[in-house]
Amino acid sequence: GGMAAAVLLLLLLATAPGPGRADAGQERRDTLREELLLSPLPTGDVAATFQFRTRWDADLQRGSVSHYRLFPKALGRLVAALGVRELHLALTQGFWRTRYWGQPPLQAPAGAELWVWFQPTVTDVDKAWKELSNILSGIFCASLNFIDSTNTVIPTASFKPLGLANGTDHHLLRYAVLPREVVCTENLTPWKKLLPCGSKAGLAVLLKAERLFHSSYHSQAVHIRPVCRDASCLVVSWELRQTLTVVFDFFSSGQGKKDWSLFKMFSRTLTDTCPLASQSKVYVDISPKNKEKELLEVSPHPTSVHEAVVQGDKKTYAVYDLLSPSLFNTSRSLNVQLKWKRPQDSSEMPVPTLHAQRYVGGYGLQTGEICTLIYNTHPYRAFPVILLETVPWYLRLYVHTLTIITKGKENKPSYIHYQPAQDRRRPHLLEMLIQLPANSVTKITIQFERALLKWTEYPPDPNHGFYVGSSVLSALVPSVTAMKDMDVEQSPLFTSLFPSSDGSSYFVRLYTEPLLVNLPTPDFSMPYNVICLTCTVVAVCYGSFYNLLTRTFHVEEPSRGGLAKRLANVIRKFRGVPPL
Amino acid sequence: MAAPLVLVVLAAVTVRAALYRSSLAVFIAERVEVASPLNAWKRVVEGLALLDLGVSPYSGAIFHETPLIIYLFHFLIEYAELVFMITDVLTAVALYLAIQDFNKVVFKKQKLLIELDKYAPDVAELIQTPMEMHYIPLKVALFYLLNPYTVMSCVAKSTCAINNSVIAFFILATIKGSAFLSAVFLALATYQSLYPLTLFAPALLYLLQRQFIPIKLKSKSFWLYTTQYASLYLCSLVVIICLSFFLLNSWDFIPSVYGFILSVPDLTPNIGLFWYFFAEMFEHFSLFFVCVFQINVFFYTIPLAIKLKEHPVFFMFVQLAIISIFKSYPTLGDVALYMALLPVWSHLYRFLRNIFILSCVLIFCSFLFPVLWHLWIYAGSANSNFYYAITLTFNIGQILLISDYFYAFLRREYYLTHGLHLTRQDGTEAMLVLK
Repeated sequence: GGMAAAVLLLLLLATAPGPGRADAGQERRDTLREELLLSPLPTGDVAATFQFRTRWDADLQRGSVSHYRLFPKALGRLVAALGVRELHLALTQGFWRTRYWGQPPLQAPAGAELWVWFQPTVTDVDKAWKELSNILSGIFCASLNFIDSTNTVIPTASFKPLGLANGTDHHLLRYAVLPREVVCTENLTPWKKLLPCGSKAGLAVLLKAERLFHSSYHSQAVHIRPVCRDASCLVVSWELRQTLTVVFDFFSSGQGKKDWSLFKMFSRTLTDTCPLASQSKVYVDISPKNKEKELLEVSPHPTSVHEAVVQGDKKTYAVYDLLSPSLFNTSRSLNVQLKWKRPQDSSEMPVPTLHAQRYVGGYGLQTGEICTLIYNTHPYRAFPVILLETVPWYLRLYVHTLTIITKGKENKPSYIHYQPAQDRRRPHLLEMLIQLPANSVTKITIQFERALLKWTEYPPDPNHGFYVGSSVLSALVPSVTAMKDMDVEQSPLFTSLFPSSDGSSYFVRLYTEPLLVNLPTPDFSMPYNVICLTCTVVAVCYGSFYNLLTRTFHVEEPSRGGLAKRLANVIRKFRGVPPL
Repeated sequence: MAAPLVLVVLAAVTVRAALYRSSLAVFIAERVEVASPLNAWKRVVEGLALLDLGVSPYSGAIFHETPLIIYLFHFLIEYAELVFMITDVLTAVALYLAIQDFNKVVFKKQKLLIELDKYAPDVAELIQTPMEMHYIPLKVALFYLLNPYTVMSCVAKSTCAINNSVIAFFILATIKGSAFLSAVFLALATYQSLYPLTLFAPALLYLLQRQFIPIKLKSKSFWLYTTQYASLYLCSLVVIICLSFFLLNSWDFIPSVYGFILSVPDLTPNIGLFWYFFAEMFEHFSLFFVCVFQINVFFYTIPLAIKLKEHPVFFMFVQLAIISIFKSYPTLGDVALYMALLPVWSHLYRFLRNIFILSCVLIFCSFLFPVLWHLWIYAGSANSNFYYAITLTFNIGQILLISDYFYAFLRREYYLTHGLHLTRQDGTEAMLVLK
C-alpha cells in the first residue's frame, strides 16, 4: 500500500510539469530550414547560396531563456544581454560583379560589415556597440575589435530595419565596415559551428574550406532579426539566418567546362539530411533566357519544379527535396549535375536594371577625386536611389566640389545628409537621395585632399595604401513582372530576405568596389634625426637671440694670451715666423 | 609722394589681375607654401557650403576661420578677387602712411638727442638725413606690393592677406598715437590668429614713449596707462568674441580656431617647423613638445622688451618676424609682411655681416620649394625629407636674417653713443666684440 503510494507519488512528480517545462514543449518551438540555391551566371560561372534559417518562438528580450536547442547560445545571450534588436554581420572575400553576374540575392561589401539596430531601452549605444563588436570578434575569429569611432557611422536613411520595428530612431543604428579584413578558414569554422547540425549532416557537409576559398567570391553572413510569429503579428519570434554565397569561376578562368556538378564544385555530394531540419531543399535555377526553350538539363530528375517571381523577374527552379523519401532511393548520395544542351549565345548577356561602379581619379599624393557611376538600364522607368558613402577622416572631402551629372545636365539630390569628419574621431558620412532617369548614367564626383598622418598611424605596409569602404546603394527597383504577396513560411528562403511592400518593385542593396588610396608618407627611419634637426634650428634662434640680448658691445682688450697662444708662439719661434 | 605710390599700386593691381586670369591661378592656389589649413581659400568656400547645407562649419575639421570671416565672405564671395586686391592695396597704403609718420618721429628724436649731446662727435655719417629717408615709405609699399610672396598669396586668395591688413592698420594706429584704435586692431589681429598678442608689448612701449611716460616699474602713470591700454584691448577682444558667438549661436569656433592653432592636429606640410616634427614625434612626448614650441613663440617678448624698450618699432619688427617663423602654420604671406619693413632699416646695411649669403639662401629655397614638392608628391622620386630639408634651410635663413639685423641695429646704437672710430688705450684701432 505504502510502496504503491510512494511509486505513484514519484510518478506524479516525474510527470508533473515543472516551471516552464511544458512551455518548452509547445510554445518555445524552434525550427530549422536549410536551402541551397544554385544559379548559373551569364558569364558561365555558377553561384551557390546556402541559407540556414532557425526560427525560435521565444522572446529573447523579455523572458529569462536558459534552454537553448537549435538557436546558438552564444548569439542568443548576446542579443539578450546587449539589447540588440537586429544584427547583420557579413564577412566577404572578393567582389560581386553586378554588371556581369546580375543582381545578387544578398550582397555584402568586401571585408567585414556590421550593422546593428539596438533596442530603445539601451541607454549608452556606443558602449553597447563597442562591447558587441568585441564579443563578435571573439565568436567569429575576425578582427572586428578594430571597429571604433573612426570607422563607425550612423546612417539616417540607408539601413532601415529588416525585421519588426515599431519606431526608427536612427540614433539606435550603428554601421561599420572594415574593408581590409581578410576572410579565411578560421572565420568559416566558428560560423559552421553555429549551425545546429554543424557540418556533419544536411547541406552543411558541402562546406569544405579548401573548395569554398578557391573561388572568386565568398561571402558568409549572420542575420538576426525579430519576425512576426504568425499572420496576426501579436507575438514576436526571433529569426537567425546564416547565409553563405560562393561563386565558382571554373569556366571564366579557363579551368574547366561550363558543365558543373556538386561534386565538381564542393568535392562532396549530399548523403543525408540534417535530422533537426524541418525542411531541406536544393533549388537549381533553370529559368530560360529570352523566352526560349530550356538550355539546361539537370540530373537527376528533380522532385518538383517551382516557379516564382524573384527580383522582379519570373524564374523557374528545379527543386530537390532532401526530405522526400524518393530522392535517396536510387543512390545513397545526391550529386546534382547540370549540362548545357547547346552553347549559349554569349552576346546576349542580360544587363541588370541597376548597377554601379566607383573609382579614384586624379594623380599625385596631394588631391584626388572619388567618382561613382550609377547605371539605370530600365528602358522607361525612373526610380530614386539612396547612396551612402563612408570616407575615412584622412581623405578630407570637400562637399562644395560635389557634382552629380546625368545625361550632361546637373542632377540635384532631393535629400543630402552630410556629416563632416573630425580628425582621428569620426569619418565622413554622405547620404544622398538621387533620382535616376530611365536609361541613363549618373556620375557623382567629389574631390578630396590626402592628409599626412603621424608616423605611428600608418599600417605596417604604408605604401600598400589605405582602403576606403564600399559605398552602399539602396533602391526600390521596378520589377518587370508583378510579384504576389507570399507567405514567408511557404516560399523559398531566398525570396523572403527583404520585406516587400508591394509587388511592383523589389528592394535591392548594392555595394560598389572598395577603393585603395595612397597617402604621402614621412620617412619612418627619421624620428630621432628630425627631432635633433628641428631642435637645432630652434636652438640657433635661441642662441643668437640670447647672445644679442644678454651681451653688450665692448672694445676688445688685447689679451696677454692664454696657454694655447703661448704654445703657438713657441712653435712659431722654431719655424722662424713672427709671433701672434 | 602720392603719384609714385599710385603708380606702384596700379602696377601691383595689374600684375595680380593678370595672374588671376591666367592658368597659373589654379596652380598657385594649391601651393602649400601659400595656403595653410588655417587660411586656404578652398576651406573658406567649403565652410560656406557647409553652412548652406545646414551643418555647422565647425563640426568638421576642415574650417578653421573665425566667424567674422564667414560673415564677411557670406556677402562678398562673388567679389573675392577684388576683395583680396583691395586688401593688399590697403595694407600697402597703411604701411606707407605709418612709415611716413615714423620717419618724422625718428627725425624728431634724433634732433633732440643731438641737441642734448647724447651722440659722440664723429658719427655724422651714421645720422639719418631727411633726404635719404624721403623714399623709404615708397620703398616699403613697393616691397610689400611687388614682393612675389605677396603676389602669390593674393592670387591664392589666402586670408593671410586680411590678417596682414589688420596688423598694418594696427601699426599705423600705434605710430599715429591713437591708443583706442591700436587696441581695437590688435584685438582683431589676435582674434584672427592669436599670435599678434605678443605685439601688445611693443605697442605699449611706443605709446608710453609718445606720451613721455617713463618706463619705470614704480611710476604710477606707467601703471595707469598700461591698465588703460590693456583694458581697452581686452574689452575689444571680449566684444569681438561675443559678437562671433551670436553669429552662429555656439562657442564651437573656439576649439576649432584657437584649439587648432595651439594643438596643431593637422600635419599638412607647410614652410614651418611644426609639421614634420610632429609627424615623427613619439606619441608620449607629443603634448610636451607642442607646449615647448608654442611657448617658444611667446618667449622672446619679455627679454626683447627689456633690451629694446627705447626702440619699440624695431621691437615690433623683430616680434613680427618671430611670429612668422615660429607660428604653427606659417605661410609666405606672413613672411612678406615683415620683409616689407626691411627698407626702414636700410641704414643698417653697412653693419650687416651675412646679407649676401642669406638673401641667396632665401631666394634659392623659394625656388626649391615647388621643385621638391613636385618630386615628392607627383614624381615620387624624392621623399618627404627633401621638402623638410628646404624648410629647415629657409627657416635658418630667416632666423639669421633677423639676428643679423638685430646685431647691426645694436652695433649702430653703440657707435652712436661711443663714436665711430674707436681706439684702444694705446691708440691703435679697436675691434668691437659682444661679451
